[in-house]
Amino acid sequence: MTPEWSLWRAQVLAILRLELKRNFLPKRGWRLYLLAAAPVALLWARVVVDMRHGRVGDLGRDSLIFAAVFQFFYLRLAIFFGCVKVFLKLFRGEMVEKSLHYYLLTPVRREVLLVGKYLAGVISTSIIFCTGTALMLAAVLADLPRQAAEQYLFGGGGLGHIVIYIATTALACIAYGGVFLLMGFLFRNPVVPVVLVLLWEAANPFLPQLLKRISVIFYLHSLMPISVPAQGDFAFLAILRTPIPAYLAVAGLLLIAIAGLWLGARQVRKLEINYGTE
Amino acid sequence: MTGREIVFENVSRFYGEVLGVNRVNLAIPPGITSLVGPNGSGKTTLMNLMTGLLRPTQGRIDILGVAPDDPEHLFRFVGYCTQFDSFPPGMTGYEFVYSYLRLHGKTHAECDQMVWRAIDRVKLTEAAHRNVAGYSKGMRQRIKLAQSMCHDPQVLVLDEPLNGLDPLVRAETITLFRSLAEAGKHVIISSHILHEVDAISDQVILLSSGYVVAEGQIHGVRTEVEDHPMQILIRCNRPSALASRIFELDTVVEARVHSDGKGLLVRTRDPDRFYLMLNRLVVDGVDLESIAPADDDVNSVYEYLIGPDGGSI
Repeated sequence: MTPEWSLWRAQVLAILRLELKRNFLPKRGWRLYLLAAAPVALLWARVVVDMRHGRVGDLGRDSLIFAAVFQFFYLRLAIFFGCVKVFLKLFRGEMVEKSLHYYLLTPVRREVLLVGKYLAGVISTSIIFCTGTALMLAAVLADLPRQAAEQYLFGGGGLGHIVIYIATTALACIAYGGVFLLMGFLFRNPVVPVVLVLLWEAANPFLPQLLKRISVIFYLHSLMPISVPAQGDFAFLAILRTPIPAYLAVAGLLLIAIAGLWLGARQVRKLEINYGTE
Repeated sequence: MTGREIVFENVSRFYGEVLGVNRVNLAIPPGITSLVGPNGSGKTTLMNLMTGLLRPTQGRIDILGVAPDDPEHLFRFVGYCTQFDSFPPGMTGYEFVYSYLRLHGKTHAECDQMVWRAIDRVKLTEAAHRNVAGYSKGMRQRIKLAQSMCHDPQVLVLDEPLNGLDPLVRAETITLFRSLAEAGKHVIISSHILHEVDAISDQVILLSSGYVVAEGQIHGVRTEVEDHPMQILIRCNRPSALASRIFELDTVVEARVHSDGKGLLVRTRDPDRFYLMLNRLVVDGVDLESIAPADDDVNSVYEYLIGPDGGSI
């Protein structure tokens, strides 16, 4: 490793130490914890109610419930708003709090600062939301009879599903992170653009094929191991989708993140501290 | 770092249509340089331009051979104590300085040693492990000072560094600045307190409405203010007798007996010539006690150049 790279690595680690501490502080992180914990609490409450009434879960139905909660609340709202909070805060939030100069007065290349802060955001949101996903899956498994749970895990592709759901959660944080990091640079007041992105993501199923691909949720849904069917209890939530292969979906999500970072790097190079105008 | 000076070449900075600074040309040598001017005169804008927090709309800035938009190299030898009073949340004073040094890429052991040295210099050792949020204004000012000089920078930029400090710490801090200047460092200070600027500065830069109205050593600047003849206070036992002789000099504009009756206040357009001629003019029986300029200070120069209505400074 060249001296330059080892310096950048040390600086990124120093940024991570600062940012992770900040993101996980209860005072700042409680909204994130709440967003991640809400569906977890709901699914575990269902387990408790079933246990009290001596009922056991049904794998087919429970996996659909989980898929619906994951796709329509967790991905679209919880992770979306969690990433809004964390990634907008990285630069725009610090401008508003008048604390960004702390970083800009250090011998850290601006692009290194951007990468360090972005990584801190990805790690924070991934830890919180992947833990949420794991706990929700644990609730689904806890509601099943032990034999059925083992059969699902080791014979029915359950472990694979768990890995996919957790990886999708992390990819959602990576892609939404790139989008909101960039928005923090482009908009002084990002509320309206965030609402527009939310509406765009919600309208994704109804968009023409080409426009669908300019969205994070399209690629995330393409990764889902279980689709919510267009018939039955969850029909109103179903998405008429044309999934693409998983490798293309992963590439699409990474591309969105890289585009966000690349455009963000162009912005951060010309970033000025002019707190008076914030 | 190849140069010896901080150079501004025809630098202007506009905030939209609002002027920040305009056509600034400066070459700042080592020593203590004070930026003096009313609120909104462009002091902080100049400091932010120097440290790359702002970019010039036009012109070029060179900090000892390094451009301000190259933070990777610039902040190896530049420290900036801003007037922004906000800190990353949840940090102790120690962590505030420590994290800053970690961002320089230094090891834990190096950082720990440098942090304590800087914190000791600003006399904040006992409060080092307290949360910065609980610090008084003076303590926050001191920890910012510690942060800005913990890496022993060659250029120290200090925006209102004496604000909030009690008189004892203020005196110690000024001594610290002097020792840094004597070690050949650039110490750039903006201050509202003119008598302190006067006492500590090697050179001053007077700003008004975004323009540099004067720069250099304060005596030199004063000499160039030709609209206002220099005032000289002569302490002596017979001021009236001396006054009658002094009017023989064509360079003297005014001579009046001091209000305490123990001296003569002279206004002259050519102080150097006046000093030369004074010995010849001293009449028998007049004992000179002292001769000193009476308005050769930042306060007077500031008032002459910018006027008493120049704004609050």
